[in-house]
Amino acid sequence: MSVREISVDEITKTIRRLCMESNTDLGDDVIEAYKKGLETEDSPVAKDIFRQYLENAKISKEEGIALCQDTGLAVVFVELGQDVHIVGGDLYKAIDEGVRQGYKDGYLRPSSLDPLTRKNFGDNTPAIVHIEMVPGDKLKLTVAPKGFGSENMSRVVLFAPAVGVEGVKKYIIQRVDESGPNPCPPVVVGVGIGGTFEKAALIAKKAITRPLGQRNPNPDIAKLELELLEEINKLGIGPQGLGGKVTAFDVHIETYPTHIASIPVAVNIQCHCDRHKEAVL
Amino acid sequence: MEESIRITTPLTDEILEKLNIGDRVLISGIIYTGRDAAHKRLVELVEKGEELPFDIKGQIIYYVGPTPPKPGMAIGSAGPTTSYRMDPYAPILMEKGLKGMIGKGSRGENVIEAIKKFKAVYFGATGGAGALISKAVKKAEVVAYEDLGPEAIRRLEVENFPVIVVNDIHGRDLYVEGKKKYRAL
Repeated sequence: MSVREISVDEITKTIRRLCMESNTDLGDDVIEAYKKGLETEDSPVAKDIFRQYLENAKISKEEGIALCQDTGLAVVFVELGQDVHIVGGDLYKAIDEGVRQGYKDGYLRPSSLDPLTRKNFGDNTPAIVHIEMVPGDKLKLTVAPKGFGSENMSRVVLFAPAVGVEGVKKYIIQRVDESGPNPCPPVVVGVGIGGTFEKAALIAKKAITRPLGQRNPNPDIAKLELELLEEINKLGIGPQGLGGKVTAFDVHIETYPTHIASIPVAVNIQCHCDRHKEAVL
Repeated sequence: MEESIRITTPLTDEILEKLNIGDRVLISGIIYTGRDAAHKRLVELVEKGEELPFDIKGQIIYYVGPTPPKPGMAIGSAGPTTSYRMDPYAPILMEKGLKGMIGKGSRGENVIEAIKKFKAVYFGATGGAGALISKAVKKAEVVAYEDLGPEAIRRLEVENFPVIVVNDIHGRDLYVEGKKKYRAL
């Protein structure tokens, strides 16, 4: 089998475009969720919030003004076909250059800084890059800018096995409840169950990029997702936490085998402004 | 839908006494921006007994770090950031005369107490609606801490800036009461 060459320039160009598009163009699934929310809510305040979300998405797309001022850290998922040969430079540098250009040319906010000195780097680099090797000769890039109002509400816990499925469910519901209005609800709840400390967090993050309404292919997990969604929407938090019936748009769970001694659980909360765009090279 | 209440800054006790949780309010006039790093610096000045870079009496601080403006615009995307991070600083600023805060998300007990004690108000703006909110900002200029970039203190001239009263002078909290009404667990 032959090896396919992809140049770093093409990667930079694509990342630049995805950074700009993801921050100004919400997916149809999210727009539909806003419309459904507007119908579901009966309080005038909650309805008004959904109207604002819809209007905001329209202005953002038409005028190219970022949906949210927190244009996030640039999280980039790379699915790298094992028959791809990247030429012309360093993949990580190519991605960072795309982020640098996209954030500058798209008038997006630079939020990345040194964690201790708090000095802002001014160009929103480095990206948070996750590379996964897959079969084939394609390269898939997903840019998911992650705002930190919702990121700050996320947690990883390593439970003792005795906690069981019921304990895990209770924890996930409690995490959304305690987050209240802070993560800009309705939220998308990304859950990773299993693996190790970091694996649970990573699969929870990736779960967020799944389209709204798409279930986990395992019917038992799919059922768990729907049960959790129903319970979370009984919490009463509602859009912006002002009270209502729609607290979450969806719950996406990913699982991975783990150790006999543990149930790692990661809950990664995503705000209503559920941004991500992908491209296949 | 109920009519929104229109107010003009600076805030007076007379205005604050009229506001109740759940009220939709349209703010016009001058408001100041400030978030994490700017609050830290303001409170350091208070502790040293030095002058603040703007007269805070009767003013509103909006917790926001906007995106850079596109050419021809006053400001970029400009929705609220999560407020609890400003909780350690807010009561000290209220003691100095701050009357209003705009953000999103719950405030701590210390802030809710200070809102009652010093007669102030906490407004919620719609998080994740920064493009929409930017339309209410007519002018923006940096008045302090330019080195902080998006976190610098800006003086904004706003017209009909849409907010909801979340914590009023009576110590009530819309997040608590709104959730209670719809809770089905």
